[in-house]
Amino acid sequence: MSPFWSAWISIITLGVIFGCTALLLKTRKGEVFKDATEETTGHTFDGIEELDNPLPSWWFQLFMGTVVFALVYLVLYPGLGNFKGVLNWTSTNQWEEEIQHANNVYAPVFAKYAALPSEELLKEENRAGLLMGQRMFANNCSVCHGTAATGAYGFPNLADKDWLYGGSADTIKHTITNGRTGSMPAWGSVLGEAGVRDMASYVLSLSGTADLDAEAIARAKPQFQALCIACHGSDGTGTQALGAPNLTDKIWLYGGSYEKIAHTIRTGRAGSMPAHKDLLSENKINLIAGYVYSLSNKDK
Amino acid sequence: MLKHDTIEKHVGLMVLLIILVISGGGLAEIVPLFFQASTTKPIEGLKPYTPLEMEGRDIYIREGCHVCHSQMIRPFRAETERYGHFSTANEFVWEHPFLWGSKRTGPDLARVGGRYSDDWHRAHLYNPRDVVPESKMPSYPWLFKNKLTGSDTAKKLEVFVQFGVPYTPEQIETAQDEVAGKYEIEAVIAYLQSLGKKHSVYSNKR
Repeated sequence: MSPFWSAWISIITLGVIFGCTALLLKTRKGEVFKDATEETTGHTFDGIEELDNPLPSWWFQLFMGTVVFALVYLVLYPGLGNFKGVLNWTSTNQWEEEIQHANNVYAPVFAKYAALPSEELLKEENRAGLLMGQRMFANNCSVCHGTAATGAYGFPNLADKDWLYGGSADTIKHTITNGRTGSMPAWGSVLGEAGVRDMASYVLSLSGTADLDAEAIARAKPQFQALCIACHGSDGTGTQALGAPNLTDKIWLYGGSYEKIAHTIRTGRAGSMPAHKDLLSENKINLIAGYVYSLSNKDK
Repeated sequence: MLKHDTIEKHVGLMVLLIILVISGGGLAEIVPLFFQASTTKPIEGLKPYTPLEMEGRDIYIREGCHVCHSQMIRPFRAETERYGHFSTANEFVWEHPFLWGSKRTGPDLARVGGRYSDDWHRAHLYNPRDVVPESKMPSYPWLFKNKLTGSDTAKKLEVFVQFGVPYTPEQIETAQDEVAGKYEIEAVIAYLQSLGKKHSVYSNKR
């Protein structure tokens, strides 16, 4: 801050404090009126008179108390322009101290678990580490995947054993760190609306749904073998390397009704999981990955 | 001699003294901020909102998002652990008006950009309970129906130029084309994804 503004602030601040004090002292009635009297100001209106008493001393002293408080405050804390205050306090300093304090307290506890492989975190003696992961999951991941990690429409369930990209400890960590971008193309224009509806029947048949139009399935099968197997595999069990889901189970990310499946085929899907490498430290990612891993490996 | 009587009986003098006292706070606390580099110079590399983000910002204001969501991360560990680096004045130099908010019913959004996918925002704004069952945020289904015309987008940018935001004449010229025909939801999501991403001085890593 330039010397001008420093002086501007200091002069106005002190000016107002001392100015108010001076005004109070100047207009005070002084010792003569120390105690209440029966004297009036001489002013009457409609027969009502005004007593001419001094300020109550509790009021006066309270005011002087605020003046003293202000001056002490201005000595201790930054308030007068460039003067930093004898405590040298800043909000940034305070924040840094808070962080430092937290590091001193938590870092040793954290360090014990932070680098543990997910398989180790499962063990009973490392339960505290798993709970840390659970808290961080609740804070960072539950918004999409739910507080119990059971997912939502369009956001995968992490508590079952069905994985789009694989459920090994390393894969989970990779998914959190680098994110994922699903890319199911839209087949509406390739297949045509009739083709889309046939294909929906075929896809449903893969997971054993009964009462489907057998002719539609027969029509769609060669199309599936031509267009879909590159990602979903010829038997429809999916490819984790590509994040292509298994179509032969009853687990559906975007709904398993006939209409929903037809919609997915028609317009494609592009679900995305944001990369967390710029949002969370490696240790935190490790603990969260450990927690996610534990959800589907509780029996181990 | 300044007497109590004198002040009480001369209204003009009393008004003058009152103005003197109450203006002291503003003169000492507010006026100097108009002239400090830390509050008037944008943070290094700050980018202005694109026309679509600008429209999204106006919808954010229209829907009153700032009533429940702040955009101001305070320098406390509890906040920086959850939201990222604390906010600084030079991040808001081009905000007219600023949307700091004054209370949090929902979380702070100052650095929400990139934290969730576009799909998540879409699902969440359509009906928050579809993705967060515990949520009490209202639904905004009309954002998916209303389309932007962009008829006053260029004018908005021009006004911001007067505030000192460096939009180029080319940007102003193409502003309407960039937003016209887009759904409001696209603008809102573009704006939300830009929050905290308009410069890269601070790391969002926690």
